[in-house]
Amino acid sequence: MVKSDDIELILSRDLLEKLAKLQEVELDDVDIELDEIEFSVEGGGGGVSSPLLARLGYEFAMIRDSANRITSLLGGPAMGMPMPQMQTAMPGVAHAAPLVKPSALIPETAGIPEAEYPASIVEVRLGATKAEGGTRSISHVIGGETVPPCFNFQAPPKHRPVIAVDVFDWPKVSLSKAVKMHFREVLEDTGEWARLCVDKFGAEMINLHLLTIDPLIEDATPKAAVKKVEEVVEAVDVPISIGGCGDPHKDYQVFKAISENIEGERLLINSVTLDMDIEGTARLISEHDNTVIAFTSMDVNKARELNRKLYDFVSKEQILMDTTTAALGYGLDYAFTVMERCRLAGLKGDPELNHPMSSGTTNAWAAREAWMKMGPEFAPRELRGPIWETITGQTLLLAGVDYFMMMHPAAVDALKTMIDQLMSGEKPAEPTEWVSVRLGR
Amino acid sequence: MPAKELSPIEIYKILPRTNCKECGEANCMAFAAKLVVREAMLDGCKPLLEPGKEETYNKLWALLKPAVKAVEVGVGDHKVTLGGEYVLYRHEFTYFHQPAMAVDVSDEMSPEEFELRVNVVNDFRYEYIGMQLKLDMLAVRSTSGDPDTFAAAVKKAIGLTEKPLILCTHDPEAMRKGLDAAYGRRPLIYAATKDNWKEMAELALQYECPVVASSPQDRDTLKSIAHTLEEYGLSDIVLDPGTEPNRYMTANLDNYIILRWQSINEEEEHLGYPILGLPLVAWTVEEEDTIINEWNEAVIAGVCIARFTDAMIVHGISGWALLPQVFLRSNIYTDPRKPVAVEPELAEFGEPNDMSPVLLTTNFALTYYTVASDVESAKLECYILVVDSEGMSVESAVAGRKMTAETVAEAIAQFKVGDKVQHRHLVIPGRAARLSGEIQELSGWTVSVGPMDSSGIPKYLDEKWTPFPED
Repeated sequence: MVKSDDIELILSRDLLEKLAKLQEVELDDVDIELDEIEFSVEGGGGGVSSPLLARLGYEFAMIRDSANRITSLLGGPAMGMPMPQMQTAMPGVAHAAPLVKPSALIPETAGIPEAEYPASIVEVRLGATKAEGGTRSISHVIGGETVPPCFNFQAPPKHRPVIAVDVFDWPKVSLSKAVKMHFREVLEDTGEWARLCVDKFGAEMINLHLLTIDPLIEDATPKAAVKKVEEVVEAVDVPISIGGCGDPHKDYQVFKAISENIEGERLLINSVTLDMDIEGTARLISEHDNTVIAFTSMDVNKARELNRKLYDFVSKEQILMDTTTAALGYGLDYAFTVMERCRLAGLKGDPELNHPMSSGTTNAWAAREAWMKMGPEFAPRELRGPIWETITGQTLLLAGVDYFMMMHPAAVDALKTMIDQLMSGEKPAEPTEWVSVRLGR
Repeated sequence: MPAKELSPIEIYKILPRTNCKECGEANCMAFAAKLVVREAMLDGCKPLLEPGKEETYNKLWALLKPAVKAVEVGVGDHKVTLGGEYVLYRHEFTYFHQPAMAVDVSDEMSPEEFELRVNVVNDFRYEYIGMQLKLDMLAVRSTSGDPDTFAAAVKKAIGLTEKPLILCTHDPEAMRKGLDAAYGRRPLIYAATKDNWKEMAELALQYECPVVASSPQDRDTLKSIAHTLEEYGLSDIVLDPGTEPNRYMTANLDNYIILRWQSINEEEEHLGYPILGLPLVAWTVEEEDTIINEWNEAVIAGVCIARFTDAMIVHGISGWALLPQVFLRSNIYTDPRKPVAVEPELAEFGEPNDMSPVLLTTNFALTYYTVASDVESAKLECYILVVDSEGMSVESAVAGRKMTAETVAEAIAQFKVGDKVQHRHLVIPGRAARLSGEIQELSGWTVSVGPMDSSGIPKYLDEKWTPFPED
């Protein structure tokens, strides 16, 4: 038999109960010696059932837990807690087993963090359907996040991140073998290239790079560039992004000609940079109702600066930001962290960083491990390349990227699949058993 | 307490303030500054270890201890530390311990497959910017259901590798036999569940081993098990919230994020333990080709690495799938507080003489180390002129005008390259080709355009290099 009187606590039950009821208690000269808890079980010959013992064990654990909290509230050291160990504690130094081992699981609630974000990411519409004044069969709205990336337990994703596939207007563009093999038939025909990406590889947008306008390549005229864009507009019915050659002066001229000649499609201009005519470019975007990628070099402050300069001339709902994508192994950590910081700052209320984010995920191929011939243990490179692009992309998806520019069909497919999985929010009915399962074949 | 909120002053106030210098620092304030950035350990303060100082020590430890406990698995040189983390996002401070990667073997595998897998754990390595990327652990699973078969597999593993083991079975009897076979190696026990926790807790106490609390897709019970194990006298605990195949990626992310958030931001003691991720569940799904299982596993592993898990078990052992995983964890666990640039200089490789080649690169750390590692592994004798590009790679530096003919000419003069070599011939990166004419004009050196990627340098120098190309 166990009577409550047999439980000798220097802190009486009475006091514990009072403490539970009161908001504040003042105690003078309190001695708490809870390690002296003892209880005796009488009538040994089978008088105590094991469920009762189990229950007792649990109750004692609870008492000690409460007492620990009380003691620490009163500023004293916690009882029954192991001595702190440094990170490099010696293995094999086990703590003394407690006098009373719990014999039932102690009920707990793990809790779910609550959302506390004052701001949200702006929404940007890419492309225009007939109803919206264009000729696309679909337009994409991206952004609109109210919680950090993949915090689905606080809010499900509002819009689906979009994958655009790169198309180049110059057949001699340097592509890895693993990429080139998929496009060999269409290298000479920009429109066909775009069509292949949409029809066969599931491109949700086309990201056209006008390399031929580069003064160091063909120095093609703005007029010729307009014609190339028209070809692509004709060939596919998804929204289109227009990429320049990186020469700030030439890019502006070409963007101007395209904006003036191709109206109503809500094109995505890729990109405006700090060394361009920012006012001129921004006015072009605004006047022709297009959208733009504000591109900066892995620096949160530069991203802010460029956005701030754009706000004077163009609405926030027309701006994506791109803080540069570096390849897995070649600066992905910086790229990841800058994006993560931008997104969190935007949600916390930084008014210059709350834009949907863009990633030139194709940059993954700058990693030599994506294309280089390596030893047989790392073969085949036909898989190594696309998994490299996939991991680069998905890591940035976790940092909050809304718009991906990609290249390899398998990587596009893999990232789309992952986006599907995150959008569906599907949970398993039963946990997967693996411990005793024979895996592989 | 999240590390980002600590100031050296807070710590300094509690330290003994003897300025005894026994810790190797000039004074207690300097030691406090090292403590808050975790470059010094509390045990470095000798006065703090004296009798009667326990309370002060405990007070400091409460401030300085990681929100996620550091749990050690294994012994000796191959011991791994799981967890020991302070922050949710790496930019808030830094991460400390890369998620340890374990390769899966089962007690029913053929001897050939078993040994092949152990050899992958032992021998996998890849040289990356001065580091060796490797695998860390072996997970031995009981698929036979027979305790003696499991013990035999553990015994075999012990004989084949010194790397730490994870013993995986829900059967306490098999676990006991496995622990006997691995005695003295401090394996990680997988796992204590809601059904077997008592037996597993006894084993963990008796064998002094860390233990995984496992409760797939039920975080309340997971916390319950962890708390109960604590009350049982265990403190080296790892959490398994369950990992599901790719289709249920949301469930995986929810679990990892919630657990880590609760331990870091809510200081939930019972959840302040390392998290175990299980990418190998990708292999439980029937696919047309096992390549798809392996690909999907790498995808889950990538999510585990970027989102807070501290250890992982994988089944796939193909290099193409493992390589991006070990790269990603190296990247994510790189200290973001360290500079991304190296010092501009004229670096010497091997024992170059006055006829040796002079190669140009930028001071972006990754660029420099990649070039350096290629030159070193080919045992080339040469100079590398490291130009200050404000830490940008060659391509970005040229496009962003951080590396120009001017900065290159200045570097040639500043580091007196002309005094080191008799020739005036500079090899520039293929990605800086557009600067060749200007550099030649401005510096007066003959400029050759080298390969696009530094892996081509040995071949390039072998075929093309001559000190006086104009002759």
